[in-house]
Amino acid sequence: MIQTSQLSYSYPASSALHFPDVDVAQGSVVLLSGPSGCGKSTWLALVAGLVKPGAGSLTVADQSLATLTGMAADAWRARNIGFLPQKLHLSAALTVAQNLAMAQWAAGQNEDPQRIAATLVSLGVAELARRKPAQLSGGQAQRVALARAVLLSPKVLLADEPTASLDDEAAAFAITLLVKTAQAQGATLVIATHDARVAPLIPLAANGQPGYTALKLSRQKASL
Amino acid sequence: MKTIALSWRYLWSRPLGAALNVLLLSLGLASITFLLLVSFQLDKAFEKDLAGIDVVVGAKGSPMQLILCGVFHIDVPPGNIPLKALKALEKNPLIASVIPLSLGDNLRGFRIVGSSHDYLTHYAATLAHGRNWDAPMQVVVGSIVAKKLGLQVGNSFVGSHGLGAGGHLHGDNPYQVVGILQPSGTVLDRLIVTDTASVWKVHEDYSAVDAEDRKIMEDEREVTMALIHYKTPLAAMSFPRMVNTSTEMQAASPAVEISRLLNMLGIGTDVLRAFAGVLLLTAGLSVFIALWSAVRERRSDLALLRMLGAPPGKIAALLMGEALWLGVMSAALGVAGGQALTALIGWMLQLDNSLLIGGLVWPVELLWVPALACGVSLAAAILPAAGAYRVSVLELLQSR
Repeated sequence: MIQTSQLSYSYPASSALHFPDVDVAQGSVVLLSGPSGCGKSTWLALVAGLVKPGAGSLTVADQSLATLTGMAADAWRARNIGFLPQKLHLSAALTVAQNLAMAQWAAGQNEDPQRIAATLVSLGVAELARRKPAQLSGGQAQRVALARAVLLSPKVLLADEPTASLDDEAAAFAITLLVKTAQAQGATLVIATHDARVAPLIPLAANGQPGYTALKLSRQKASL
Repeated sequence: MKTIALSWRYLWSRPLGAALNVLLLSLGLASITFLLLVSFQLDKAFEKDLAGIDVVVGAKGSPMQLILCGVFHIDVPPGNIPLKALKALEKNPLIASVIPLSLGDNLRGFRIVGSSHDYLTHYAATLAHGRNWDAPMQVVVGSIVAKKLGLQVGNSFVGSHGLGAGGHLHGDNPYQVVGILQPSGTVLDRLIVTDTASVWKVHEDYSAVDAEDRKIMEDEREVTMALIHYKTPLAAMSFPRMVNTSTEMQAASPAVEISRLLNMLGIGTDVLRAFAGVLLLTAGLSVFIALWSAVRERRSDLALLRMLGAPPGKIAALLMGEALWLGVMSAALGVAGGQALTALIGWMLQLDNSLLIGGLVWPVELLWVPALACGVSLAAAILPAAGAYRVSVLELLQSR
């Protein structure tokens, strides 16, 4: 589902970031970790098709992203990528259901109330559909943001620091929910985090091995 | 969800700011609407009332006063002119027609005008009820007069002296209403018209002390002024000069005087227009600041929309949609406010039986108002929309 080889990216007038090669299958979990400034955001941006690789190859959902630009990249991202940001960015002007409808608008799709309702039901927040984000608790807001991320059945679900500022119990609940939701959707889940609590929260594979592919980035990987 | 619907929701997520911007834009647009409506209606009134009148002859004095009184009936006459002098003018080969006007009395502020049937014919007046007068002391009544005073065919009334309400009553000479005119949009709507002989009779009966005195008055009969139509446009070169230099009368050209009047009014109009322009400019700046702030506040939200697949153009369209809503709402409110203001001014003028302007008039020029509203708000949104267009998703990913 995600394959990279010799992948690197250069910011203007800055050093190049080099990333380890990965090859993960559909439905798997990738744990992207590393200290601040190591390139986690850049890797997410590359996988989401927001920036073009400086060098190397990058294929996501059978699409080479090296040549994908502009509107085509936007349309591909709408179809294939779901995103759960650290700050949830639910629009205060809209109700929960309208926040989900906004995702369909952004993807250029017609509003589909049945699909919105079904997604909210699957995440246990159907009764919140008419509420504004200000009326939600932190946990409810995160579920709604997750509903927005998976509404369009993405092939890859990117979660950026999903446990930041959560206590242990809430963090465990958030990771369990993320993994279950991604599995239910058949999506590859990428969790970008520097939170050491996350890895043990991901269920083990059937063979008893860790249930995720670890992708550790470090500042040492960067070179001029 | 459509872009325009999403814009609406975003706009009203800041209700106070949105309402203030709509109000500010509406004030400028209402001023412009008011100016357009008044200017349109004055032009129309001038055009209708002046049609076919080449020159007005009356007593020496202010030529503009003569025109305002003789054509629009919104000023007092400078004096009277001898009937004999007018008869002499009628024989001038340059003159096609002469319509005498005699003023002096009113009914509750509405002027009673002595004239000939030609006066009604000149404005192509038609009767809604009754018939035309065929004897002195019979009147036909303009549509607004009939409506406001409740006059009907067969009613009688006595006029009071002077051109404004409150003069002494000519109780021994009642008028009889024999006809009601159809609304014509001309000055006739607010006049009571009778034979010139009626005016002479009322005043001779009132003033003459004996038969000899009456005989003298009959010999020295006067009219207030006359509306004259030339046989040829070339008459304009010589006729007014001849009247002004060789008679005790003056000839005033409506075209010249109205042009002078409009020039004078034009200064006031320009001031109002400039004021409206400043209001619009201020409103445009306010819209710009509001949208610019909105982009700054919602930068991350907009970046998320990009992350969800929205192309930059769609994000910019969201901002332009907000501006469009502001423009459309302001245009609706501005036009409504301008119409209401014009109606109010029209109502106040009608109380004075003065010029006819009013609200609920829809000249095609009014289309400028929504065009201006949308133009100003969309222009104000260009830079914020460009800012939204350039929102970077990397900022969203890197803002922790």
